Amino acid sequence: MTSVAFGVVAALTLLTALLVVRVTNLVRATLWLGASLLSTAGIYAMLGASFLAGAQVMLYVGGVVTLMIFGVMTTRRHEGLAAEAESTNTGRATAVSLALFVLLAWAIHGTPGLDVPATNGVGASPEALGRALLVDHVLAFEAASVLLLAAILGAAVIARRRDPGVEVPKPGSRAASMPHAAAEAP
Amino acid sequence: MTLSATLLLASALFCTGIYGLLTRRQTVGILLSVELMANAANVVFVSFGAARGGTSGQLFAVFSLAITVAEVAVGLALMILLYKSFGDTRVDLASEMKQ
Repeated sequence: MTSVAFGVVAALTLLTALLVVRVTNLVRATLWLGASLLSTAGIYAMLGASFLAGAQVMLYVGGVVTLMIFGVMTTRRHEGLAAEAESTNTGRATAVSLALFVLLAWAIHGTPGLDVPATNGVGASPEALGRALLVDHVLAFEAASVLLLAAILGAAVIARRRDPGVEVPKPGSRAASMPHAAAEAP
Repeated sequence: MTLSATLLLASALFCTGIYGLLTRRQTVGILLSVELMANAANVVFVSFGAARGGTSGQLFAVFSLAITVAEVAVGLALMILLYKSFGDTRVDLASEMKQ
C-alpha cells in the first residue's frame, strides 16, 4: 500500500519535473515547478518529515514560486516570450543527464545496506526538530538568518543598480546638470 | 518503499535538473533547474534522516531550504539586472565581457 502510494507520488514528481525543463512557456514551467515541489512535500510526509512537508509548501510553493512568477512577469518581453527558450544541444544534454543517472543508479545499486525500509517508524516530531534547532544548533540557526538578511539586502542592491553605459541621461538628471555645477563652482 | 527507491527518485530529479540546466537559455529556466537539483538534494537528506532516525537529516534539509531561498533571491536580482542592461534575460547576452 505504501509502496503503491510512493510510486504514484514519485511518478508525479518526475513527470512534473520533466515538464519544468521541457515546457517552452516560462510561466507554465514555473507553475509546473510548484507542482513538482508539492509532490515532493508529499514524499516528505510519507517519510515522516511532517514539519518539512509544511515548510516546503509554505516556503517554496508559497514564496519561491510566487517570487519567480513575479520575476518572469516583470522581465518578459511582450513579443515572443516562448521564442529561443529551447537550445540546440538537446541531444548532448540528454546524453549527459542519462549517463549521470545510470552512474548514480549503478552506485546506489552497488552500495550495500540501502535495501532497508525508508522509514524506521519513528519520524522526527516537530517538537524534537524545534528543540534541536533552537537549543542544540541555535548558533547555526542565527547564522542562517544573518545569511538570509545579507542575501535579501544584496538582492535589493543588485536589482537597483543601473548600468551607466546603457542609461541615457535625461535633461533634469544629475549627469546633465553636472557641467552647470562645475561652471558655477569657481 | 526502500531507501534505495527514494535515492533513485532523487537521482532522477537531479538528472532532470542537469538536463534543464544544459538546455535552457533563459535565466528563469536555469533558476528553475537549479531549484529542481536543490530539491533532489533535500530528498536525499530527508530519506537518509528518516532511515537513520533522529533529527539530523531534517535539520540539514531545513538549512538547505533557507540557503536555497537566499540563492533564488540573489538569482532573480541578477536576472533583473541582466534585463535592465540588455533588455532580455538570455544568459548568452552576459558573455559580452569576453569580447
